[in-house]
Amino acid sequence: MMNLQGRPSSFGIADKAPAETVSGHRGLDHEEKLIFEIGRSDVSGVDLPPVDLAADRLSGLARKQPIGLAGLTEPQAMRHYVRLSQRNASIDASFYPLGSCTMKHNPRLNEKLARLPGFADIHPLQPQKTVQGALCLIAELARWLKELTGMPAVAMTPKAGAHGELCGMLAIRAALAARRETRTRILVPESAHGTNPATAASCGFTVESIRAAEDGRVDLGALKEALGPDVAGIMLTNPNTCGLFERDMIAIADAVHAAGAYFYCDGANFNAIVGRVKPGDLGIDAMHINLHKSFSTPHGGGGPGAGPVVFSERLAPFAPLPLFMSDAGGFRLIEDMEEARAAGLTPLGRLCAFHGQMGMFVRAFAYMLSHGRDGLRQVAEDAVLSANYILASLKDVMSAPYEGPCMHEALFDDAFLKDTGVTTLDIAKRLIDEGFHPMTVYFPLVVHGAMLIEPTETEPKATLDEFIAVMRALAEEAKDGHPERFKSAPLLAPRRRLDETAAARKPVLRWKPESTT
Amino acid sequence: MRYLPLTTDDRSAMLAKIGVSSVEELFRDVPATARAPRFALPAHAGEMEVERALARLAAQNIAAGSGPFFCGAGAYRHHVPASVDHLIQRSEFLTSYTPYQPEIAQGTLQVLFEFQTQVALITGMEVANASMYDGSTAAAEAVLMAHRLTGRNRAVLSGHLHPHYAETVRTMAGLAGDIVTGPVAAGVADDLVPLIDAQTSCVVVQNPDVFGFLRDLKPIAEAVHAKGALLIAVVTEPVSLGLVESPGAMDADIVAGEGQSLGNGLNFGGPYVGLFATREKFLRQMPGRLAGQTMDAQGRRGFVLTLSAREQHIRREKATSNICTNSGLCALAFSIHLALLGEAGLTGLARINHARALQLAERLSSIPGVELATSAFFNEFTLKLPKPAAEIADALADRGIIAGVRASRLYPHRPELRNHLIVAATETNTDADIDAYGRALAEVLA
Repeated sequence: MMNLQGRPSSFGIADKAPAETVSGHRGLDHEEKLIFEIGRSDVSGVDLPPVDLAADRLSGLARKQPIGLAGLTEPQAMRHYVRLSQRNASIDASFYPLGSCTMKHNPRLNEKLARLPGFADIHPLQPQKTVQGALCLIAELARWLKELTGMPAVAMTPKAGAHGELCGMLAIRAALAARRETRTRILVPESAHGTNPATAASCGFTVESIRAAEDGRVDLGALKEALGPDVAGIMLTNPNTCGLFERDMIAIADAVHAAGAYFYCDGANFNAIVGRVKPGDLGIDAMHINLHKSFSTPHGGGGPGAGPVVFSERLAPFAPLPLFMSDAGGFRLIEDMEEARAAGLTPLGRLCAFHGQMGMFVRAFAYMLSHGRDGLRQVAEDAVLSANYILASLKDVMSAPYEGPCMHEALFDDAFLKDTGVTTLDIAKRLIDEGFHPMTVYFPLVVHGAMLIEPTETEPKATLDEFIAVMRALAEEAKDGHPERFKSAPLLAPRRRLDETAAARKPVLRWKPESTT
Repeated sequence: MRYLPLTTDDRSAMLAKIGVSSVEELFRDVPATARAPRFALPAHAGEMEVERALARLAAQNIAAGSGPFFCGAGAYRHHVPASVDHLIQRSEFLTSYTPYQPEIAQGTLQVLFEFQTQVALITGMEVANASMYDGSTAAAEAVLMAHRLTGRNRAVLSGHLHPHYAETVRTMAGLAGDIVTGPVAAGVADDLVPLIDAQTSCVVVQNPDVFGFLRDLKPIAEAVHAKGALLIAVVTEPVSLGLVESPGAMDADIVAGEGQSLGNGLNFGGPYVGLFATREKFLRQMPGRLAGQTMDAQGRRGFVLTLSAREQHIRREKATSNICTNSGLCALAFSIHLALLGEAGLTGLARINHARALQLAERLSSIPGVELATSAFFNEFTLKLPKPAAEIADALADRGIIAGVRASRLYPHRPELRNHLIVAATETNTDADIDAYGRALAEVLA
């Protein structure tokens, strides 16, 4: 209509041409160099007053060589990082059903509150009388965690799930030492997260794998057979990594305790049962809670997380320093081993400097207050409902290794891709072109070509339906004998498939100036 | 509920598709005795109510920015440019996860590659990883790495390593070998040479140390290397590296650092970001994630996570560490702040910090009875007061001045440190702050 100057109004044949450009940029997708290729050593985005350092107290240790850093002005920095950000998938922009990682909506109220100066601008070692509100918040969060899990004690300082596992395993070691017992073996189901065996090994235990039964749960018979006087404990994820609830939890706990061992539960999947089941009712001795999963503190491109650990009465005395106490005088920290011993406690030690991930505590506490006991129950129910909806909607065209119902994640294997030439990885890469972040692939290891889909409770039904329709179409297309489009995917992402073998063979892990490479 | 998009109709339709009549049926694998717990917790609340409750708690704390503030000892208050916090709140950085699918995570991966380069440069090392939880856990991982590299298992810790770090090392690495700790004497370089023997895998030295004292690492590096052991340098104040010789230039083998000072707030102790750097020849024993450069199918430069054969998700019980999630967003904040500063800015910032500390040390040590215990320092020093530091710090807090960290909080069983106060000054401290501190200290000592 507006084509008054000979401007073509149709797309013509141009839409078939490859997206080659003079600049290398492709519309809104910009190629972006490294800061070291853009910036200069004499440029800064921070204006600082000059300072006269006529005399110093560096005792001859002043730096003699330039560092080699590049500086950017603020506009350059904004453009650099905004362009880079646009090359990331995110929950805010798209469905991100990365199984086992719980990519749910991150409420922005929590970001605002974590930035209140009363939380963000307080020092971990300033006088305790000046941080009573912070200590009160930690105490309140601890109370919620204990109530939600039905456990009597909680260690707040672990900085992530794997750090929480370490806390739990060290508590078990300390408890065994207190009993003057040497037990060396830890039982871990085949389907466990890699962190479980890694943690047990780092605590000096030998790791013994327990096979799964046909139904995707721990084989109770195999477990009982493996138990013995040298078994220190079991590390079991529940709901497990196949997305299933371990039906025999109580029988497992009884068997483990009867053998004199401890029951560590990996709580990575607590979000499936929060507000509906108290893990304490299942007989566990310790469980870490990933605040960045269950209580939605942002994943930040790979952390920071937080992994508080709840303990049974048997392990509670071994919780690490610092301990959070309160009495008539207010809230206070026990930071010293002797003071703890005087209070009748025997901490396993200290897991990090200071008092844990306060920034995550604020966000998680705001999340809990917002949801309340009723909202948290709804969280678990909607997460489980959504996963079962996906399982029910796809099991006829894909292949599900285990009977439902599942908990918060739907697991498929690659049997439906047999003889198609299409692999699980190809499905993942093709999903990128369809505008979704892929599911977790090739984990858990007990299922061939695993695809683990965790929709979470924060997706509208319309999104689930769109995803289901796409997955159905992809499954049909794969079975129709046309693997090419899968093999070449992704075509529409900022990068095509990347050569990971080359990256590992000759690692380039940092930028170097041209002259030195 | 404002965060839950499913409607009652949606739920009914979904249950019908699944073929069950209620959500209860989906939980049928839960043992009957655990199906109906009761929770002594309140029901859901609106944004306004939650904000009110948390703001009330926040108001019960004295924020560092509300008055003269001089605490350091492993966490430092610096000015963070507004653009840093804006950028890290971009949805694509904030709400993404570990870059398992590199084609749609080039933003995070390139940031990590740039971060690794910056960390290697400031520490004077050849390679750095994509971050650890914090400085203390990085130090513990460094000790474990040194055990693997040397095949020995005795670590020597400087008595002036931040006591929280030393306790973390003892807890996380205590099962892997012996840990020996050096003597403590504020304001001097503790002599660790007699503790090094043929079983020593590493010596861990913090610089500047917990008292702020700055030492030359070269002599200790020489002694360590002569015994076939490794020197681990711990840096808790990376701004110092703008002015002070890097640990790499002083022959350290592994650097474990706390990156909070750049880009990140005090946050009552976390989340922070652990820095970890080493020599290229030690790369295969390094813990944590690594971003590496490669090409895509069309020959364009791109980045991926690499050398994951070291990591727990591949190696399981044989991994170099159990670490999985690290501190990505804090590493991003660190990297943006350092990119904004650049060489000129980091150097300038370090000079201001040193100048402020000189000015404060001079002012406070001119007060009768107050001794400066650290002769060489960067932005932090230790005072020996004529009375217990706890009393003085308390009295100063009542006057609105957060005077520093009393050494007795970190060394509760060393009566000889009872009167010592560890004091930090940064670019955020004004002439008026320093003057107020000086006047108030003179008053409470009078």
